[in-house]
Parts: sequence; C-alpha cells; structure tokens
Amino acid sequence: MKTKVAIIGAGISGASIARVLSRYENLEVHLIEKAPDVGWGVSKANTALIHGGYDDDPEKYPTRAKLCIRGNRLWHQWVKELEIPHVWNGALIVATKDEDFDELERLLERGRKNGVPEMRIVDRDELFHLEPNLTREAIGALWVPIVGQIGPIPAVIAITENAVANGVKTHLETEVTGIKVENGEVKGVETNNGFIEADIVINAAGLYADKIARMAGIDYFEIHPRKGEYWIFDDDVPGPKRVLFPTPTPISKGIVVTTEISGHLMIGPNAQDLPPEEKENLATTKEGLEQVWEGAKKLWPQLPPRSKVIRTFAGLRPEPTGGDFIIKAEEEVWGFINVAGIRSPGLTSAPAIAYEVAEIIERDLGIELKEKEKWNPYRKEISHFFMMTPEQVNEAVKKNPAYGKIVCRCNSVSEGDILEAIERMKFIGVKTPSVDSVKFRTKATTGTCQGSFCRPKIVQLLAKEYGVEPWEVTLKGKGSEIGIGDVKVLLRGDA
Amino acid sequence: MFPRIPMLSYDVVVIGGGPAGMAAAIRAKELGLKVLLLDENDYLGGILPQCIHPGFGLHYYKEELTGPEFASRLAKRLVELGVEYKTATRVLEIKNYSDLEKVVIFTSPSGAYQAWAKAVIYAAGARERHAFEIGIVGDRVSGIYTAGEAQTLMDIYGIMPGKEIVIVGSGDVGLIMARRFALEGAKVKAVVELMPYPGGLARNVMILRDFNIPLYLSHKVVEVRGKGRVERVKVVRVDENLNEIPGSEFWIEADTLIISAGLVPSVKKLKAIGVEIDPATGGPVVNDRLETSVPGIFVAGNSLLINDLVDYVAEQGELAAEGAKEFIENGGIESRKWVKVEKGENVRLLVPHYLSGDRDVYLYLRVSKPMEDVELRIPEIGKRMKLPVVKPAEMLRIKLRAEEIRKAKKLTVEVVKA
Ligand SMILES: Cc1cc2nc3c(=O)[nH]c(=O)nc-3n(C[C@H](O)[C@H](O)[C@H](O)COP(=O)(O)OP(=O)(O)OC[C@H]3O[C@@H](n4cnc5c(N)ncnc54)[C@H](O)[C@@H]3O)c2cc1C
Ligand SMILES: Cc1cc2nc3c(=O)[nH]c(=O)nc-3n(C[C@H](O)[C@H](O)[C@H](O)COP(=O)(O)OP(=O)(O)OC[C@H]3O[C@@H](n4cnc5c(N)ncnc54)[C@H](O)[C@@H]3O)c2cc1C
Repeated sequence: MKTKVAIIGAGISGASIARVLSRYENLEVHLIEKAPDVGWGVSKANTALIHGGYDDDPEKYPTRAKLCIRGNRLWHQWVKELEIPHVWNGALIVATKDEDFDELERLLERGRKNGVPEMRIVDRDELFHLEPNLTREAIGALWVPIVGQIGPIPAVIAITENAVANGVKTHLETEVTGIKVENGEVKGVETNNGFIEADIVINAAGLYADKIARMAGIDYFEIHPRKGEYWIFDDDVPGPKRVLFPTPTPISKGIVVTTEISGHLMIGPNAQDLPPEEKENLATTKEGLEQVWEGAKKLWPQLPPRSKVIRTFAGLRPEPTGGDFIIKAEEEVWGFINVAGIRSPGLTSAPAIAYEVAEIIERDLGIELKEKEKWNPYRKEISHFFMMTPEQVNEAVKKNPAYGKIVCRCNSVSEGDILEAIERMKFIGVKTPSVDSVKFRTKATTGTCQGSFCRPKIVQLLAKEYGVEPWEVTLKGKGSEIGIGDVKVLLRGDA
Repeated sequence: MFPRIPMLSYDVVVIGGGPAGMAAAIRAKELGLKVLLLDENDYLGGILPQCIHPGFGLHYYKEELTGPEFASRLAKRLVELGVEYKTATRVLEIKNYSDLEKVVIFTSPSGAYQAWAKAVIYAAGARERHAFEIGIVGDRVSGIYTAGEAQTLMDIYGIMPGKEIVIVGSGDVGLIMARRFALEGAKVKAVVELMPYPGGLARNVMILRDFNIPLYLSHKVVEVRGKGRVERVKVVRVDENLNEIPGSEFWIEADTLIISAGLVPSVKKLKAIGVEIDPATGGPVVNDRLETSVPGIFVAGNSLLINDLVDYVAEQGELAAEGAKEFIENGGIESRKWVKVEKGENVRLLVPHYLSGDRDVYLYLRVSKPMEDVELRIPEIGKRMKLPVVKPAEMLRIKLRAEEIRKAKKLTVEVVKA
C-alpha cells in the first residue's frame, strides 16, 4: 500500500520536496497549490542567488547554516539534470572601510565552519581585476567563487515538470482551507476543490505556513513578511561580472548589484518589515526603491539613467519567529511536517530541504522509503529561439514553422517557443491561461518594451490553445483578465 | 564565420514594412534596384493598420485618409511594382562586412536566411515608453497598457481592455485614444499631463471638451494599486520644476491605465554595428541622404526621429532610397566637407545633422518649449522665418536651398522671439 503525501505549496520548497519524494515506489505524492501556476509565491520575486553558505551563524541558525551549503552543492547537480538556466559567477563581498575587514574575516571563519573552504580575501588590485567598474572606494573583498544565480521560477517549473514526469500529481488553483486531524494523526486536507486524503501532510506554504500550521493546531510560530524591492535595467546597460555585496551589517546582507542570468543589471533588495496581515502587499514604493538606488550606488557608482529601467518589483521574505528554518515532523500531530519560515537563503537550500524532509519521513515517521526501479532524473529545457543558431532554427522549422516566427522582438521568442510553453503548462496542470505563465517559461514580455508589442499576440495564442475568448485570457490568473469583452461590449451594455 | 543557411542577394534590403519602409522599397524599385522588404508582422503597414482614425496623408496624398487606408495605398503600389517582400519575418542581425557588403540575417516561418545587400534601409519604427520607465510604482496588475497596445487590442483584435480609463500623456496619441475609448462607451476619467500645456495638436485637444474628459495639467500618475486588476491610480501635482508637491496627491478609481508617454526610436540593431546615435532624437546621426555614420546604412521614419505625420515618414523613406541608389552607383556617398547643423536656442532636436550643399533639403526639428510670435533663424546665412506659434508636439519642417547651405561652414538653427 502506498503512503499518500500531500505537499502544500508549489514554491521552490514544495516542488523540490515533490521531486525528491517522486523517487520512492511506496509514496503517492500530491502537490497542492492555490495559484494558477507553480512558483508564484515567494519563489517568484527574489535575488535568485545560490548563496555561498558562509554567512549564516551555525550557533544561531543551525538549520540555515547546514542546508544552505548543502543546497549550494546540490544545485550544481540539479541545474544539469534539469537544464535550469544558471551561471556560476561567484560573489565579492566588498570592503570600503578598514573595519570591514574584521567582518570579512569573521565571514571567512564562519564559512570554514559551515563547510565552505573555497573562499579568500582579495586585495584591491585583484579586486579591480575581477571587477573593474566597482566603486573606487573599494579596498578589498571576500571572494566566494561558489556563488551562482539561477532562474528561480524556471527552476520551480523544471523541478515540477520532472516531478510530474515521475508520477507526482499536481492540484493547481487548489487552496487548502483546513487540515483533517483524527486521534493525533493527519488524514488529509480540505480544499476549495474537495478533500484530498493524505497520510503525510507537508506544509511548504511560504508566507502562509503559520496559517496552515494553525489549521493542524500548531501555533508556536508566526510568519511576518519582510519586503525587498528591486530595479532591473535594459540589457544594454553594463553590469558587473560577479555578484556584488556590501560588507553585511547585523541587520542585512545589504543591497546586491548583479547582472542577472538574462543579462540585465539588477539592484536590490532593501528590507522592510511589514505587519503579519500584509502578506499580499507586493507593491513597490518610492521610498523603498530610492533606498535601493542609494545603496546600490555605493558599490556601483555608474547607475544608468532612470529611463533605462525596464521593471521594478518587490518580494516578501517569510520571516519566522526565531529566524531559523522550521523543518520538522510535529510530534503532537503524526504525519504533519512543517517546512516553514523558509526565508533567505531558501532558494539555495531548497534541494537540501527536500532531502531533509525525506530523512524526516524515514527517521521520524518510520516509513521505509523504497526507491523506484526506474526514476528519471532528467528534464529537457524548453526550446529557446534565442539560444539557437540559424542552422538550428532551420532544423526546428522543419518540424514546425512556428519556430521561425518571432513573437517577442526584444527577447527573440518564437511562436514555437510559446506553443511549447503552453503544452508544458498543460502538462503540469495549468488550467487558467495567463501571459505570466508564458513569460516565465519563455522570457516573452520581459524585454525593453515590457510586452507592449507581443502581449496581444501571446493572448491570441493562449486563447486559441485553451479554447477561450481572447479577453478571458489573464495576465496572472483569475481577476486579471486582459479585457472585459469584445470591443462593442460596453455599447451593447452587457459588460 | 558565415552561418550555413540559404543565401540571397539584393541591392537593398529594407527592414520594416511601415510607411517608411514601404515608401523606401517602392522608390528603390522605381530607381531600378533589386530590393527586398522585410517585416515581422503578418501584414504590411507597421502601426498604421491599428490607427483607424482619420488624419493621415494630407501632404502625401493631398487627401485625408485613415491609417489603414494610407497603408493600403502604399501596399497596393508596392505589389503593382512587384517589390519582393516577406511578412512574419524578423531581422535578427545586420552585419557590416564592408561598405558594399552587408548581410542581413532574418527568420521566418520558412526558416532563417541571410541576405547580402549593398545597402540597408532601416525603418523599424519606434517603441512606446512603458509604466516602469516613467517611474510608476505600486502593484503589477492587469489593466496597464501602452496606448499602442490598447489600440492593437481594440482595433486589430477586437478586445475591449476596460471601462474606466485614466490616460497618462496628452499628446496626440493619448488624446486619440481618449476619443477611441469614449466612442466605445468607456468612461475616460482623466487625461494626466506632466507639462503645464497639452502635448497634442489643438484639434485633438478639442476631443477632451467634446467628450467631457477632465485634463490635469502639471500632474503625474505616480502609483497604481489593485489586486488582479488596476483598481485605482494615484495622481500628484507638480511644480514648475516638475517636482511633486507634497500633500497634493489624490486617487482616481479606474480599471485601466493607458500610458501614452512618448515613443523611443528602435535602434538596438543599429547600435550593435556601431551607428552613432543622437541623444536628442534617440535615432542615428545622419547626413542629408539619411545615411548613418556607417556607410551604406540608411534610416527613415520613426527609427530616425519620432514623427507626428506619416507624410514626413514616407518622404524620408523615399529620400533614403535615393541615397541608397546613389551609394550603390558610386560605391559610396562622396565624402565631402559636410555642413554641420547645430541646435540653437529653443531647439530640442534637429535632423539631418550634416548637409552636403549639393541639394535642397528639409530640416525636421522640434522646439523645447511652446512660444508665440517667434522667428526661426539661421544667423550664419541670415535666414529668418516668422512663426505664429511653436509647440514641442508639432514637428517643424523647413526647406533649405542648396545655395543657402553652401554659404556657410556650419548652420545654427534657433527659435527666438521675433
Ligand atoms: C526579497 C527576497 C530576496 C531573496 N533572495 C534570495 C536569494 O538570493 N537566495 C536564496 O536562496 N533565497 C532568497 N530568498 C528566499 C527565497 O526566495 C525563499 O526562501 C523561497 O522562495 C521560499 O520558497 P517556498 O517554496 O518555501 O515558498 P513559496 O515560494 O512562497 O511557496 C509557497 C507556496 O504555497 C502556496 N500556498 C500558500 N498557502 C496555500 C494554501 N492555503 N493552499 C495552497 N497553496 C498555498 C503559495 O501560493 C506559494 O506558491 C529571497 C526572498 C526574498 C523575498
Ligand atoms: C496612436 C497613433 C496615432 C497616430 N496618428 C497619426 C495621424 O493622425 N496622422 C499621421 O500622419 N500620423 C499619425 N501617427 C504617426 C505615424 O503613424 C507614424 O509616424 C508612422 O506610422 C511611423 O512609420 P514607420 O514606418 O517609421 O514605423 P512603423 O509604422 O512602426 O513600422 C515599422 C515596422 O517595422 C517592423 N520591424 C521592426 N523591427 C523589425 C525587424 N527587426 N525585422 C522586421 N521588421 C521589423 C515593425 O514591426 C513595423 O511593422 C500616429 C501614430 C500613433 C502611434
């Protein structure tokens, strides 16, 4: 008999857990997500760094310290198996004052303790050799070559696709509203789409992990949102080669200056604590963005003119009581596992979190996990026109002419890429067509013009493939429809 | 290294099938050149097919036409002449091997190709500025469109974007969209303009009165809030220096925000081959053949500078084609002592930048600020022209005769009180 597992939340944590658990013969894994697509929670808006594992104090935050570096090592393997867009470009934690070196020494020491031997302090000469356009105030840096960057939502998508290919069932647009517990054991989860039976419930609900825990009667922690805001610039603005951090302060890792994997200069985040009820407040603010601008300028004085901005956005870190990740099987409710308070470096730690959960299932719940004879670790990346040579385009066009036709001009995304994205959306169970689902899979609409040329075309493709009217296509799920009806709807009076 | 893909060969490849590109291709064909026109849309016409209002062609056809009518006239002529063209075809890259050897790499539903050409005419149009670029913060929700996107949704695809509309920008495009929305039964709650004066032509500003649409001058939209969809937008007043006045904020409830905050020439592909860009126009620096700083690369239309009249765009296309013909025949545009044209008082931008003096030319220019009873002067040659009103929104086009140009080494154009 199979043990039924319900994972609440298809963010980087939930998806990674699903993938790791999909390996076992005797588990039936359900991945439950309230959003229309995977990766749209905290995992959507962050700095996208695979951190070096040197900065979490193992005394104060043992779980973070342990899982961050283990996660970093695992990502090196996962990005290859799953063909996730990534770059291993390393990070520089920059000193601008003599006192900063004390902190860098501390980080070096802590890194060694956490299991990161591959770091060293570089002097000014070497620093400018690594990063010529850095502020002239810089006097040295800690060089952490194992830091990298990935596409966070593409990662969640890749992991979910692989999990589904290995038998995981997804339930999108399914919101968990209650957890059934009988005689101290979980029995399943109630949702807007009915009851889902489960022997094990894994709470990976990001900002809402406290709410879900309370549904199971567990209330020893609370999650509050901590906002971080960002600027992204056009791809013709020069950015650094490495990830640049200022020397951290006790409160924050500081504002990062980096060239994200698509080649855009990105600066951010700041940190602003919000009250617990503001978990949906993803609005950017003038003050927050100015703070980021000022912070970034200290490392990268040649910030481009504001007219080179192509996007600003904000993310919310799920900050738990106590500050450390809460990853454990709760004793009073058998079968309920919390994966809560997964704040930064949660993206980095996700693969390690997933293995941790598998261990918890074996060790604490006493379920012996049997590996499948056949488990497929691989997943193929979606076709990207912009990565093809003209010769490859001509090969692709033989299969489908749509691969030769560009829809998104800024990022060279072909109609073929988009049709493939739609196919993959359907494969993991995306029910509501949205432009954002296409965007995260193909990069369409994320370029210089921010979609003003291609969005209407993408809407047409989505409408056709999903069999809906074009105005019913959404930007990002129900309530964000592209239009209100055909162009005469108001004159007819039936809007 | 050359890609191993089918190779074609032409005298001129024209990039972009809007009015500039079509006019260029037609003229090039008339001049006996072997020409190929490429456009990424499924249809020719560029942005014209989405501009269903009248106001096109008064100079060029001496008739007032709608955008689609103007476009179809050019398209008809193009087809009659047998100009070779491909739609659904996007140029990916231009390579400049030598003066008379360019390669244009493009992709289409039948695959990727490379076209050799002696000259290239670049007429790829412009893009619109979007909400992020103009500093709007808040929620990233549905219901925020550029004017052109809203126009495409409505007039190409028949989709009504929303019913309570706020428009940023009172230029012609914003005003025309205000009317378009009102005509479809939507409530246009405000047109918000940063400057103390409206940006559009007087006849278009009348639209606001006709449809009872409030115009907020010296105001800007700074924030958008909503859950899935725009619910309200925050407006704030600005002072003479365009700084926000604290305490003057107010919210307007609306489900749609239209950004009509100007166009930017699309020139990334030109920059990639080292074409010099004029920061004032956002387009290339050109001589009076509309040749860029890279020999044999010509430019016309909104890629050269943002035009408010399609007639000038078509005119520029023809001029570029004539330049290409001369370039190909003579193995280059003769290098000479070009007369440099400089911007003087109250001139924000000016094209072309260099004049040969061997031909009459049209100068296209825009002023920085509105003025009445002024004179356009070119002191070096003692030229003076009276103008009753000038506005940044209205491009001025003035003719200089060859012999006037030849009189000076340099020309300064200024617009000053008469
Ligand atoms: C500003 C910022 C910067 C960061 N930078 C980095 C970084 O550089 N490197 C790094 O390693 N980490 C970083 N992080 C942290 C990282 O983003 C998070 O740790 C990680 O994304 C958390 O993933 P998750 O899967 O736990 O949560 P989420 O991605 O939020 O997933 C939880 C999911 O649960 C769903 N859900 C919630 N309630 C319910 C319900 N009732 N029913 C069904 N589904 C539900 C949500 O919709 C959501 O999709 C950053 C975070 C922020 C905010
Ligand atoms: C809302 C609005 C209202 C207007 N109203 C009026 C009016 O009333 N009267 C008037 O005279 N003018 C009006 N205009 C202005 C006029 O329409 C434009 O100035 C003119 O259409 C610009 O022509 P163009 O050929 O330079 O560019 P476009 O029409 O933009 O054409 C450029 C073409 O190039 C294509 N292209 C770009 N890059 C590539 C590539 N790499 N490969 C292949 N193809 C490419 C584009 O898709 C496009 O089809 C209006 C404009 C707008 C936006």
